Amino acid sequence: MSAPIIKIDGISKSFGTFKVLDGLSMQVMPGEKLALIGPSGSGKTTILRILMTLERIDSGHIQVDGEQLYHMERNGRLLTADERHLAKMRQKIGMVFQLFNLFPHKCVIDNVTLAPMLTKGVPRAAAEKRAMELLDMVGMVDKAKAMPAQLSGGQKQRVAIARALALSPKIMLFDEVTSALDPELVDEVLNVMRKLAAETDMTMLLVTHEMGFAHDFADRVLFFDRGRIVEEGKPDEIFRHPKQERTQGFLKKIIAAGHRV
Amino acid sequence: MTQWSGYFGLILQGALVTIELTLMGSVLALVMAFLAGLGRLSRFFVLRALATAYIEFFRGTSIFVQLFWAYFVLPFAGISLTPLQAGVLALGLNVGAYAAEVVRGAIKSIGREQYEACTALNLGRWQAMHHIILPQALLVMLPTFGNNAIELLKATAVVSLISLADLTFQAQVVRSQTGNTLVPFSTILVIYFVLALLISWGVRSLERRMARGLDGVRV
Ligand SMILES: Nc1ncnc2c1ncn2[C@@H]1O[C@H](COP(=O)(O)OP(=O)(O)O)[C@@H](O)[C@H]1O
Ligand SMILES: [Mg+2]
Repeated sequence: MSAPIIKIDGISKSFGTFKVLDGLSMQVMPGEKLALIGPSGSGKTTILRILMTLERIDSGHIQVDGEQLYHMERNGRLLTADERHLAKMRQKIGMVFQLFNLFPHKCVIDNVTLAPMLTKGVPRAAAEKRAMELLDMVGMVDKAKAMPAQLSGGQKQRVAIARALALSPKIMLFDEVTSALDPELVDEVLNVMRKLAAETDMTMLLVTHEMGFAHDFADRVLFFDRGRIVEEGKPDEIFRHPKQERTQGFLKKIIAAGHRV
Repeated sequence: MTQWSGYFGLILQGALVTIELTLMGSVLALVMAFLAGLGRLSRFFVLRALATAYIEFFRGTSIFVQLFWAYFVLPFAGISLTPLQAGVLALGLNVGAYAAEVVRGAIKSIGREQYEACTALNLGRWQAMHHIILPQALLVMLPTFGNNAIELLKATAVVSLISLADLTFQAQVVRSQTGNTLVPFSTILVIYFVLALLISWGVRSLERRMARGLDGVRV
């Protein structure tokens, strides 16, 4: 049994007086595909944003790949992480956003090559070769020179996935990556993610309302409500035989809203 | 007739001085705008305070007084400037203060999601600013920069007060020598207007070039 790649230990996070996370603990194993589900406002996005260092925690500890995320160990003492430590930790993690967040002034391939060239000093030729491989994987090779504004939402999201993969993170975070898409564009993005899950041993955390996809994709499902893990288990356990009343209620509502399970 | 062509020669010389002032003043204004605009957004209090002091001071006092300071008062501090240098300094610093606010506003107008994408891709603060934020912000700044440059062009006329032979100065020379006001001042009116049109046109074509491919994002 190997060690967890993510170890969240009693973290709390408030926005103003509103406590989103209150002593949350959870662990993720290397290579694990984890789905985070739950009602809107339950703190799922916040967890991903905290792991991506887009939000800070108020208290608690997070370990990523054997190292503290928000603390540095110096001579046996734990100090608050500085920007350099955070930059080192960010190399392990990539994120794909609900609204893609592509760089609108850069063409598709430049979106993908920019970070490897700037942050890892990869030469342009090598960065472009790798970018083309990734664009091939997400089915976007023929749009390599297109500008983001010329793409559909599904295409944008596939480019955003390639862009995050270009840095070869060990952990990928996906925050409702299909919920801004027109229904007919959802599958092209989900297919890319299926392929990714099948072809790589990356650890993947997925926040989603696509219950059918979560069922097929995830090794484990966490059901969140009000910043707490109410129930967790294998997809079949959670989706077919939820034990908690709140999980049952949530799934019923989701199905009533027309989502596939 | 020969007499008039000599006077037009004077006015053309004046036009060259005005153009020179406008170009050099604009370069200084641009540099100051980015220094002070970025300074106002700095993490460091000292930089923010310096930038704010500069902007407030140069917006809050008249260009006329600033020019006289540059030309007549600085020599007491051991800094003697030619009229052209004093003109460029006063115009550049004055318009730079207005343009700094344009830089700041444009940078702030870029959405948080762009910064977050930069963080997720592990770009450093400067890398993000240089490669992602500024190129997009520049497009927001350009139209207002065009207005600033035209303001600067119009403000160049104050240098005639420290006897720098710009358009306005030469028009006055012609008027005093010929007794005719209508011809020289109509001529420089047209020249100022054409120069302003040139600036507008230049900025707009630059804007079009930079906006290429961003269709659907803005113009
Ligand atoms: N930057 C913020 N400022 C204030 N409140 C926030 C902020 N981000 C999230 N919240 C609040 O925190 C709660 C959890 O948000 P979020 O993590 O986005 O939930 P979920 O992704 O599960 O829908 C929500 O009530 C939301 O309004
Ligand atoms: Mg969310």
